[in-house]
Amino acid sequence: MVLFGASLVVLFVSGIAAMLNSGRHPGRAAILGVSGAVTGAALAIASAVPVLAGAPSWQAWTLWQTPLGPMNIALDQLSAIFAILISTVTALAAIYGRGYLSGHGTDPRAAGRSWCWFNLLLASMLLVVFAADGLTFLIGWESMSLASFFLVLFDHEHPGVTRAGWIYLITTHIGAAFLFVMFMLAGNGTSLDFFSINAAGSLRADQSLANTIFLLALAGFGTKAGLVPTHIWLPEAHPAAPSHVSAVMSGVMIKTGIYGLLRIISMLGVPPLWWGWTLVVIGSASGILGVLFALAQHDLKRLLAYHSIENIGIIVLGMGIGLVGSATGNHLVAMLGYAGAILHTLNHGVFKSLLFMGAGSVIHATGSRDIDRLGGLMKRMPVTGATFLTGAAAISGLPGLNGFMSEFLIYAGAFMLIVSGGAIWAGVVTALSLAIIGGLALACFTKAAGAVFLGEPRGPAPANATESPRAMLGPMITLAVFCVGLALGAPWLAKMAGTATGMAATAASFPDSLQVFNLLADITVATVLLVLLVLAAALLRSHVLKGRASTVSPTWDCGYAAASPRVQYSASSFADPIVRMFRIVLRTRRHVQAPEGFFPTAASLETHTDDVLMARVFEPAARGVTRLASLVSRLQQGSTHLYLMYIFVTIIILMIWNLR
Amino acid sequence: MIISAIQVLLALLLAPALLSIIRIVKAFFGGRHGPTLLQPYRDLWKLARKAPVYSRTTSWVFRASPSVTLGAVLAALAVLPLCGVPGPLAFTGDFIFLAYAFGLVRFFTVAAALDTGSPFEGMGASREVQFSALAEVALFACLIALAILSSSMSLSTMLDHSWAAAGNMRGEGVLILVAAALMLVLLAENARIPVDDPTTHLELTMIHEVMILDHCGLDLAMIEYASALKLWIWSAIVISVALPMRTGDAAFDIVAGVCGVFVIGILIGVIESIMARLKLLKVPQLLVVAMVLGLLAVGLGLR
Amino acid sequence: MQTILELLAICLILLNFRLLGASRLRSCVGAVAIQALALNLLPLLSSAGENWWIIAMMAGSTAIKVIVLPALVLRAIDRTKVVNEIEPLVGYTKSLIIGAAMLALCAFASRRLTVPLGGVDQILVPISLFTILTGAFLLVARRKAITQVLGFLVLENGVYLFGVTFAVSEPWLVQMGVLLDLMAAVFVMGIIIYHINREFDHIDIDRLSNLRDGR
Repeated sequence: MVLFGASLVVLFVSGIAAMLNSGRHPGRAAILGVSGAVTGAALAIASAVPVLAGAPSWQAWTLWQTPLGPMNIALDQLSAIFAILISTVTALAAIYGRGYLSGHGTDPRAAGRSWCWFNLLLASMLLVVFAADGLTFLIGWESMSLASFFLVLFDHEHPGVTRAGWIYLITTHIGAAFLFVMFMLAGNGTSLDFFSINAAGSLRADQSLANTIFLLALAGFGTKAGLVPTHIWLPEAHPAAPSHVSAVMSGVMIKTGIYGLLRIISMLGVPPLWWGWTLVVIGSASGILGVLFALAQHDLKRLLAYHSIENIGIIVLGMGIGLVGSATGNHLVAMLGYAGAILHTLNHGVFKSLLFMGAGSVIHATGSRDIDRLGGLMKRMPVTGATFLTGAAAISGLPGLNGFMSEFLIYAGAFMLIVSGGAIWAGVVTALSLAIIGGLALACFTKAAGAVFLGEPRGPAPANATESPRAMLGPMITLAVFCVGLALGAPWLAKMAGTATGMAATAASFPDSLQVFNLLADITVATVLLVLLVLAAALLRSHVLKGRASTVSPTWDCGYAAASPRVQYSASSFADPIVRMFRIVLRTRRHVQAPEGFFPTAASLETHTDDVLMARVFEPAARGVTRLASLVSRLQQGSTHLYLMYIFVTIIILMIWNLR
Repeated sequence: MIISAIQVLLALLLAPALLSIIRIVKAFFGGRHGPTLLQPYRDLWKLARKAPVYSRTTSWVFRASPSVTLGAVLAALAVLPLCGVPGPLAFTGDFIFLAYAFGLVRFFTVAAALDTGSPFEGMGASREVQFSALAEVALFACLIALAILSSSMSLSTMLDHSWAAAGNMRGEGVLILVAAALMLVLLAENARIPVDDPTTHLELTMIHEVMILDHCGLDLAMIEYASALKLWIWSAIVISVALPMRTGDAAFDIVAGVCGVFVIGILIGVIESIMARLKLLKVPQLLVVAMVLGLLAVGLGLR
Repeated sequence: MQTILELLAICLILLNFRLLGASRLRSCVGAVAIQALALNLLPLLSSAGENWWIIAMMAGSTAIKVIVLPALVLRAIDRTKVVNEIEPLVGYTKSLIIGAAMLALCAFASRRLTVPLGGVDQILVPISLFTILTGAFLLVARRKAITQVLGFLVLENGVYLFGVTFAVSEPWLVQMGVLLDLMAAVFVMGIIIYHINREFDHIDIDRLSNLRDGR
């Protein structure tokens, strides 16, 4: 519609203007970029909200005619939900990024240029979500990958960033290759338009075609979303990018993979049971491996990146439950699963970007990403600390915040599967996976939040840190408020999410959205009660303590009079018991230089955890491919004569072949 | 509804008495006289009147932790059934709420511990998160088994043995396994021997005690009362699983339940007296045993 | 007519063999010029030879292909002071043997080709293929850039011959196309040779392989 078109135009124009201005007026370029991003996002939200509020979804508005067919866009409830998520988070990240990039030692011209790519990223993500045919989808997809690649390479002078960018580009294109094949198969050579594919119903009729499409979609979209085993680019690319870009990438870009998967599933009719099992298994594996690797990291942003993998695993678990429900004909379970997955997508978009922004604040203030070198920042950066803690509590799924609501839905779906019979083991696996993921996530985030913000500062950098500028604090506070708001609004959101999949998913109708609403209404009442009780306890406490003078003294140190900040438990030590318990998977390398003698002098401990799949599977495979390529490169001697001979010999062979 | 409220009230009143029962049993085994039944109440009262001392390292997280602990445990109490009497706020999925309310308690306790900047608290916190990650899986395995048995999704219906009327024999085996597993988890979650010694004075060996080392005065009173309530909740769950009979009479059930909780207290006291504390490296193995028992219960329930 | 065509055919074959076996560049240039002359005479021998427009075209293309282009190449030879192709990639004896094999291949191939021609002109099809292959072989097997230019010219001659065999009534169509190609190619080649010589002090293409990356 017009608003969406206007949004795209605004984004393109502001991006190009930013690029042109970045040479001589970098400040103006940044303002152009940010305002363009915010305006474009607002226009997109304005076009999406009416559909959610009950207006009928609009279809097939042709954007452009190409030789391969028209480029159509459409908007239904599923697209609207994702569009609002994408726009909101990216707009907030843009405001944050303005403050972040104007800090320490960033080249203002490079910063000005980056706004072009940022706006292009937002525009292409919106195009992906609004696309109504394969061509538009793929164009949006590819521009998304390219724009984010350039954004990842923002700091290309730092070591390791270029490598991260390359790994990202290669992996995302391998995923896109799967998608190309999938769309070609789905279109069956006739049309790539989603509506005509749906209407033709050929995907529903032919089960083997549907299976192939499902697997291709899983491979392609799973690469973008960051599912195990194709997650290897996430822990490289997200830390390498500047923090506002990491927030956008982790918060919304990987969700486009989830969107694609949901869209394809909606075109595929009643699923067989093994699809649901595949998603459940992959979801659990991603969740558990993601959180285990996160526990072993000392780089704050790498830890957060692994957590994104974990949460995508949870989302896919929800989708698995949804598929199992559809396959066994249990529509309430299906709705719970899908609603949980979509709600968790929303929630994760909000709190993960909040956490990345917090990490960016910390890096901005202290210049360090290493958790073991920080500490005590809560007192020096109170707003950042409070919002980060809110995000940490939300991601651990604690009641009162939004993460708990979506995980509750997935739990409910799993338990309803268990209770109602039919595919009980899928429910059992899901529930147990969620349980261990929850426990480990709590461990990981107490480690991260505790080591960074609490305790004593472990060095001069955190000791001298100051709070971030208001441009950076504003978005963080907004997102933290969203965390609470999404928790309270969960019943309505879940109902909307449930009907979104109802409209987009299998032809069978889902009449149980009201039951989902009631389920969540009960739990919301319980969490509100919890919050009220906590507040009551706090009020009681402050009332009783009002008259009493409190003393301040050093922490109890067991009589050791000269405790220094380095005596504190470090983050690595905190996570060490769990890391050692799972060392078969993690294979952490430790370099220990133990203290010797009666009066120890120097000692050190260093741990290093490589991504297991990267080190054991993908890097050897890449080396094998390189070796194969160097064998082939023997054909290329650089001699003109040889090349000419290749040409002529081929022609002669072709001629002889033709004349047979 | 009134019955449920009475049950909650009894819990609020009698939870510290549960602690003194345990101490009395341990004193009996030790040939000592032991504290009186009302001693924990006097301790709480004494603590509540003291002036607070705070460390200069700590921030608002440390000061907020006791309130969150108490509030969350009270909310968990609201969904708790006792031997057939449903909790006042029972709803579908309340067991998830219970488990995660305890998670909230754990998060803030660990955060407060890390906030003090002391290595002992950090050590305790690190052990606590490790053991609770395993314990949570065991707990959920048991809950799944109970859900299969009772075909319901609310803790109150899971624990009221309504299916027993159908004369389901295999339910007994499942219940025994679940009760054993939950007992192990109770010992782990509430810092009892063999997982943790609540009376030790050596900070290096503590888990729960050391995390609250720096709290004092009213904060410590709130935390101690909340842990007493937590012990009550866990004991109520275990006895509701283990006690197979339900009469229809609510009053009788409540009295039976309260006595049952005290019986669990005596059992804890006996365990603490006859066993030594396990090496810390062996505690994960204990929790894995609990996990396996839970999974066996699930498997048995599905056959 | 038949005899003249057969004579022409033999002449062309011999010219090709001369190119394959000659090491002195001037004689190569001469062979190419005579080949161009022979080819340009071909349309005159056919039925369309009476058309004055054709005669004018042939005269023009003769001028260019027989006089101008060889003159340019000779000037390039003088400039670069190269006299002989001393060390070709494929030796002269081998070249001749390969040439014979190519001729056999072309004869065999043209028998399979179903061409809509009368029996008279049928003989020119294998000759044209052979000329193309000779040109290609010269490109591949000779080091000096000038020989490669000559090879390119021979290639174009072969293509023209093939085209004119079919479009005898419209030889100018083929001629135009080939001429244009030729002119552009020779110009470009000339410039490249000049630059290569200036840059590397030699026009030995084989030594250009130093530019490749890798081992």
